[in-house]
Amino acid sequence: MFQVRFHGRGGQGVVTAAEMLSVAAFLEGRHAQAFPSFGSERMGAPVVSFCRIDDKEIRLREPILEPDALIVQDPTLFKVVDVCQGLKSSGYLLVNSNRSLDELHLGPVVARLPAGHALTVSASELALKYVGRPLPNAALLGAFAALTGIVDLKSVTAAIAEAFSAKIAQANIAAAAAAHDAVIGAAAAA
Amino acid sequence: MLKQIEGSRAMAQAIGLCRPEVICAYPITPQTHIVEGLGEMVREGEIANCEFINVESEFAALSVAIGASAAGARAYTATASQGLLYMAEAVYNASGLGLPVVMTLGNRAIGAPINIWNDHSDAMAVCDSGWMQLFAETNQEAVDLHIQAFRLAEELSMPVMVCVDGFILTHAVERVDIPEQAEVDAYLPPYEPVQVLDPQRPVSIGAMVGPEAFTEVRFLQHYKQTLALRLIPEFAAEFKARFGRDSGGLLRSYRADDAELIVVAMGSVNGTIKDTIDEMRADGVRIGLVTLVSFRPFPTAALREKLLRARNVVVIEKSLAVGMGGPLANNVDLALRNVAGAPQVHSVIAGLGGRPITRSSLHRVLRQALVQPWEGSHFLDLNEVIIAKELHYVRKVRRSGPTAENLLRRLGQAADAAAPARQS
Repeated sequence: MFQVRFHGRGGQGVVTAAEMLSVAAFLEGRHAQAFPSFGSERMGAPVVSFCRIDDKEIRLREPILEPDALIVQDPTLFKVVDVCQGLKSSGYLLVNSNRSLDELHLGPVVARLPAGHALTVSASELALKYVGRPLPNAALLGAFAALTGIVDLKSVTAAIAEAFSAKIAQANIAAAAAAHDAVIGAAAAA
Repeated sequence: MLKQIEGSRAMAQAIGLCRPEVICAYPITPQTHIVEGLGEMVREGEIANCEFINVESEFAALSVAIGASAAGARAYTATASQGLLYMAEAVYNASGLGLPVVMTLGNRAIGAPINIWNDHSDAMAVCDSGWMQLFAETNQEAVDLHIQAFRLAEELSMPVMVCVDGFILTHAVERVDIPEQAEVDAYLPPYEPVQVLDPQRPVSIGAMVGPEAFTEVRFLQHYKQTLALRLIPEFAAEFKARFGRDSGGLLRSYRADDAELIVVAMGSVNGTIKDTIDEMRADGVRIGLVTLVSFRPFPTAALREKLLRARNVVVIEKSLAVGMGGPLANNVDLALRNVAGAPQVHSVIAGLGGRPITRSSLHRVLRQALVQPWEGSHFLDLNEVIIAKELHYVRKVRRSGPTAENLLRRLGQAADAAAPARQS
């Protein structure tokens, strides 16, 4: 089972992100379970959502305590909540930021992870460019597909198409593809 | 058709396939998405011959459903928590009159203190009202139970509550097989009322009944639920034959045949318990599970048969009868009453007000049941430190203030004390 925890703020599409990832996995014939952190959601408040992916039925209903991957939609959350709590030593860390991991003071966390498992991607900037609003969730899923290979970009694209109306979906798909390419490019350069 | 879909949406689609004729509901978290979905389906004409009636309260919602049902319509509503309490008088009327309304309960804690999260307090508050109560383990089962619920309710002319864990199921997006309309039509015949307000053949429904017949009316209500003990497995078997899925029934067991220790639970927590049981089995512990689907009627004989050969039974429930303990544990005790050599029953109160029930906590409490079984109720993951501080405080200070606020302040102080490590 592969478990992903999303951290963001109310209004950033954190819950939608987990749901889209679950749809992407479902489209690949796998079992997936997405759920929110069940709070009273408010604009700007820290929000957590979860997605489990497995090849067999998922029975577990506890929150994801030891994620295989973290997707952080707002880097200011590192100062507010213990974002990295429980992250497996084999895990992945994907942060929406135009700054480097070192600039975000994430060096100690990155050092615990395998090489190439942590990176930042300017998802908000890509969303602004393609969607016109700083909603980073779709772009981050494109980057997640490239970083982990857990789901294919094609499935992410199809999931985005299911979640939004045609025009908004197209813009988000373009943002996801750009983020995906940026990660592939960064890996090739490294 | 297999879909990756939110539980509430899946339930709305299943309820639509049951061809309800009147839907009336008042929104309350966490049930809202279900009736929102149904409202959209009615507006778009996806449910033929159905009226969605907006009402001003839960009391009105169920009262409209009662009226619609008495007029011969297939009637549906949904609620949760305080909403259920607000309609409580009508809850007893629907069952007392024998009207086959189906209601989804998005299980949620009852205040005060106000809390929007999941537990089973709301279902327990009305468990003896005469409604049948079926608990879903997954969203697939939630879908399937609604289809079976209409069949059961209308066969007996008694209302059925389908209980689904708020948020944990209602807001989870997972794989659900949504049946085809023709399949549901073949399973669920059109509603044929046993009593109906018909101008051609006038009757009154709702007579005042004195001591001369009240006991007999109640007896027949109770008798219908004993008939349900036979019908529920029959309808589940027929459902399996048509749809190919094990859903519903009175109860089912998991790795329990040779188990020394059997867990009993209801609802979505059964999934986490099964994973825990697999891990403990791998360590050589002979442990199993009985998942109760039907809480009302309570399947006393079927449960006794499942538990008899165990040495210990641990009942894990998301409810607390204050001053008594676990109501489910109490019912399980009843199933073993007067049985020679019956297993010991141990009660665990867990998941109140939405506290997550984790595998690690389950491991701990189930291990304890093996080596050091307890009497009374065990409160899973109870924060004994703040309890002790609060008890000490209220003994010292007469005007000690409101309990909930005191506990939240103590938690805040504890978090602040731990915070500097992270801020640096």
